[in-house]
Amino acid sequence: MTDIRYLAPQTLDEAVGAFAAAQGAARILAGGTDLLVQMRNGMAKPGTIIDIKKIAELTTIARTADGGFRVGAAVSGAVLAEHESFGTVWPGVLEAVNLIGSTQVQGRASPGGNLCHGSPAADSVPAMVAAGAVLTIQGPNGRRELPVEAFPAGPGRTKLAPGEILVSFTLPARPKGSGDAYLRMIPRTEMDIAVVGLAVNLTMANGVVTAARVGLGAVAPTVLLVEAAAKALIGSKLEDAALETAAAACRAACNPINDKRGTIEYRTKVAGVLLKRVAAIAAERAGRA
Amino acid sequence: MNAIDNKWIGTRTIRPDGVDKVTGRAGYAADNVMPGMVWGKVLRSPHAHAVIRSINTAKAEALPGVKAVVTAADIVNFPLDKSVMLGIQDMRWMCRNVMAREKALFHGQPVAAVAATTAEIAAEACKLIEVDYEVLPHVIEIDDAIAPNAPILHDFIKYEGKPSNIAGTMVNKVGDIEAGFAQADLVIERNYDTRPVHQGYIEPHACTVSCTADGKVTIWSSSQGQFMVRAMTSLLTGISQSNIRAIPAEIGGGFGAKTIIYLEPVAVMLSKKSGRPVKMVMSRDEVFRATGPAPGMKATVKIGMKKDGTIVAAHGVYYLQAGGLPGSPLRGPVGCSFAPYNIANVLSEGFDVVSNRPKVAAYRAPGAPLGAFAVETVIDELCEKLGLDPLEVRIKNHARPGDKAVYGATFGSITFVETTDAMLKHPHYKAPLDKAPAPHIRRGRGVASGFWYNAGGESSAQVNITEDGNVTVTTGHPDVGGSRASTANVTAELLGIDHSRISVLIGDTASIGFSNLTGGSRVTFASAMVVTQSTEKVIGQLKERAARIWKIDPEAVDWENGEARPAGANAGKFPALTLKELAAKANEMGGPIGAGIQLNTVGADPGFATHIVDVEVDTQLGIVRVIRYTACQDAGRSLHPSYVEGQIQGGVVQGIGWALSEEFLYDKTGKMDNASFLDYRMPVCSDLPMIEAVALEIPNPKHPQGVRGVGEAGILPGLAAIANAVHDAVGKRFFSLPLSPPKVLAVLDS
Repeated sequence: MTDIRYLAPQTLDEAVGAFAAAQGAARILAGGTDLLVQMRNGMAKPGTIIDIKKIAELTTIARTADGGFRVGAAVSGAVLAEHESFGTVWPGVLEAVNLIGSTQVQGRASPGGNLCHGSPAADSVPAMVAAGAVLTIQGPNGRRELPVEAFPAGPGRTKLAPGEILVSFTLPARPKGSGDAYLRMIPRTEMDIAVVGLAVNLTMANGVVTAARVGLGAVAPTVLLVEAAAKALIGSKLEDAALETAAAACRAACNPINDKRGTIEYRTKVAGVLLKRVAAIAAERAGRA
Repeated sequence: MNAIDNKWIGTRTIRPDGVDKVTGRAGYAADNVMPGMVWGKVLRSPHAHAVIRSINTAKAEALPGVKAVVTAADIVNFPLDKSVMLGIQDMRWMCRNVMAREKALFHGQPVAAVAATTAEIAAEACKLIEVDYEVLPHVIEIDDAIAPNAPILHDFIKYEGKPSNIAGTMVNKVGDIEAGFAQADLVIERNYDTRPVHQGYIEPHACTVSCTADGKVTIWSSSQGQFMVRAMTSLLTGISQSNIRAIPAEIGGGFGAKTIIYLEPVAVMLSKKSGRPVKMVMSRDEVFRATGPAPGMKATVKIGMKKDGTIVAAHGVYYLQAGGLPGSPLRGPVGCSFAPYNIANVLSEGFDVVSNRPKVAAYRAPGAPLGAFAVETVIDELCEKLGLDPLEVRIKNHARPGDKAVYGATFGSITFVETTDAMLKHPHYKAPLDKAPAPHIRRGRGVASGFWYNAGGESSAQVNITEDGNVTVTTGHPDVGGSRASTANVTAELLGIDHSRISVLIGDTASIGFSNLTGGSRVTFASAMVVTQSTEKVIGQLKERAARIWKIDPEAVDWENGEARPAGANAGKFPALTLKELAAKANEMGGPIGAGIQLNTVGADPGFATHIVDVEVDTQLGIVRVIRYTACQDAGRSLHPSYVEGQIQGGVVQGIGWALSEEFLYDKTGKMDNASFLDYRMPVCSDLPMIEAVALEIPNPKHPQGVRGVGEAGILPGLAAIANAVHDAVGKRFFSLPLSPPKVLAVLDS
């Protein structure tokens, strides 16, 4: 057995200092639902583990001055679900975060970990992309912000620079008439990884879409923001023609692989089907908001 | 015993193993720890097909902490030219399956093993073993394996005079199929293919072995038969059976695959060499890569039917994947597929095909679900095209007592007609079904049937009266499906005492007489028989003791409600003697009270199942969900109904997984690509509706309680019933399993 150093700093500065000092031999521990599995099967052998759950900013959910939310990167899915208003404002983000793993895993798994793991099939990422979440990142050179869709760099890779730690997700304030939703295709009903995941975030006025964002997962090396699909929805009343144009845009955005979880042909078709289904749910929620 | 006023038989008594299991105290093989114990780890082939030129273990042996290394040189070699059988297993293949010899035949096959003071050191040592491989072209799929220029796995196997991957054949024949097809009004022929599936037991294989300086071996392991463990380990290590004691651990599922061994002989040799107890536990990855899946199949089935529904001829050709070593369960599809029906002209042919996959092992009615899938979907299509009710057609053609099956047996007290008739009359069959509840949702209903041989065989039991007047019952087969609970019910009923006074145990190979495997749907049938006869002997002794106390003839004593009563002319002359009172006087009246029976049980007539299933198809995503399921079997007599229902439901669930989502996937190098429960998709609870188990109780006249085996038949109809239901929903037939979403959508969009 190799020895592992375990650190649980109370401040972000300490965490960043230790992380940078370890020069790549350290791994950040939030819920650990990816890291511990990787360590068990020999894929990860960190010399140092830096547990960020003792740092207040990473584990709190706060309202921003303009009425949005700031969600700490290490907030667990279960804690997010129990928040008094997050789920009513961002039901699509919440349902996506709550799809990470089983009920037991939800007690630990976090949206920050889900994003930093770098999987193109991560459930919470398309919903964060559709929501227009902005990331706060802190590293040896200070703080920076980054739109969530710019964060993934490829399967298992992110744009975090050495020593940088993901701090939080900032979700914007919601205009009246907004709704979001996330659906994934999995062969089973539970315990599976998305073959395709798709999120839609809409704002509607008098039945007309005034703003839209579409996040698409598991069909390319990274989660995608499908701007062409959003463009097809904006200005429409979600008529069949507009939905078909948006679905076609999603299919066109797909650049999937054939693997044990799905085929190129299947994933591409399903992306279009999900766009229509998710848009309908988001619109229904927008009508209630 | 078949009286309806049974107090214990047919009741849902608390299971004897329940408390330990829910509190985590049950002793599974991986829980065992011994002083001085070391850890065994297997080095497995990284190649699907390779000659093993040499193995150098020097560096591994030199690693501090390593206590022993074994290779095939330490396992008894059974030469390829001479078959040595243990039951249905050929030791030529078993010795190579536990440790590769001339060749590695599949990715994951054991090549060497190490014992070391920690599991980490053992794993490290495995990496230091140098194996010189000559990598050969590999072959995975049946079509590729039987192609003219296929890589040949075993040069000594010949088919039609040439080296071949067809390692065996089986033919069952009756009548003249050509003449039969000529009488048919409609003949349908279809081609099928299915993928291998894994038994998916939750407990990976595990054992602890202690080989002491005087050559005595004790094995604690999880298996479906401690006597099989002893016999097979003896053959593969050369240690006599009298020097091996196999102690059965609680078993976390086997479903047939734990009727053979993988680790025990290796652990014995590691323990013998190291002088230490050795523990070995497989990972899930190892379970998937190297332990028995059920075979995949390629088949052609052709059936001819008259307009009135009479089946006049049937021809089935089944190619089964054996894995790297011969021995696929041909008798499943060849013997079972047409057995439910009385057909005048049948030809049923099976081919055992080797390819570079793990060697198959038994799985719930081995091979039979595959044949049923093909035959029962062709029958459905014939019924559809001839406008006939599929259950009525089955009843019309069903084999009846006295009919001769194509596999050779003449049927005894079979109840096929009754089982299907019960489903025809079940409310589910005629229940309204909204076939298009949403624009992209279609629903449909399907039925199918299936046949399994069932089995009797060798079993032993010992019933002892304790000094305080309670009862211990010991049998010799691991309890995978409630045999202890059923045994307790039978003993309580016969003795007329409270169920809580009976303790049921599973003996090890040194403490109970030979008992064959738990498998073939045999154990409740056979163990109830030997337990009944043992208990009856005990009751005879109790009556004799009472007679001696009363100084009357033993014939003049009755045993009722847990006490001896003077009968006939002596009735009422003496106060009754209870079991407790007789036990207290046992020693002064002739010694301890107890009896055992060892039998080769017979009279297990076949089992049969008919299922009705409703499915819902998402026509845009290709997802099939099962929304209602009714499964019928004749249990003869349910000794413990919860377990009978559990067996039926368990079989149904495994059939659903086989039909919809389970499959082995291989990459181009011949390595399994989905060796985890995440990507090998067995159904989870939320995928399933509540499964209604309908257990008929038509007593088997050849059994003291009327028992008929129920463990296996429940897996048979599901594959075809679901495919038939999907056809009913979407109007298209599917001939390839699993009905995974990409496959279903491709057909729907074609």
